Amino acid sequence: MSERLQTLLQGAFPDARDVEVVDRTGGGDHFHVTVVSPRFAGLSLVDQHRLVYDALAEPLADGTIHELRITTRGDA
Amino acid sequence: MSDLSNRIQETIETEPVVAFIKGTHEQCMCGNSERALQSLRSVGASFTAVDVLPDPAIRQELSALSSWPTIPQVFVGGELIGGADIVQELAVTGQLEAKLNEKLGDSWRNGGEERTVAVTDRQDPFRLAR
Repeated sequence: MSERLQTLLQGAFPDARDVEVVDRTGGGDHFHVTVVSPRFAGLSLVDQHRLVYDALAEPLADGTIHELRITTRGDA
Repeated sequence: MSDLSNRIQETIETEPVVAFIKGTHEQCMCGNSERALQSLRSVGASFTAVDVLPDPAIRQELSALSSWPTIPQVFVGGELIGGADIVQELAVTGQLEAKLNEKLGDSWRNGGEERTVAVTDRQDPFRLAR
């Protein structure tokens, strides 16, 4: 399941410097995703996280993701 | 808009700091909701909580209004400032106090009062009788 999230995020953020998906419990439904992308530059944290939610809309809607933690960073 | 949606909107607009959570401020039922409340407590902010558990429609209507898919959701002065991760980050970096000051002046420091209000008459079916 981590691979599916990884693929969705890399598709949504093709210029990302880093995309990391951690299955927090090993159960395939509690995830912590980290995305580092220049696309976040100048956006509020709320709008940054909305982009990540948009990318993961399908697994969020179908119940695959029970809990999601998000860390976003613009380019350093 | 539905009555419920109107009540949620009204709560967002009239409560200075409102957190939509799973559970109440006294009995939080979810780690992420608890993280959001602890972040507010860490800066001494008073807040109002709304329990989304009594009716799944609360969460659906809230997310439709806010364009934010998950719980918790924290609003300051009518503006969504984030879920648990963002509110925690803002608290740690000092930006949460800055946001509260910007939106509310000094009024958010009124003693760290906490309460939970209902946006529906339904009772949480999972709450144990006390």
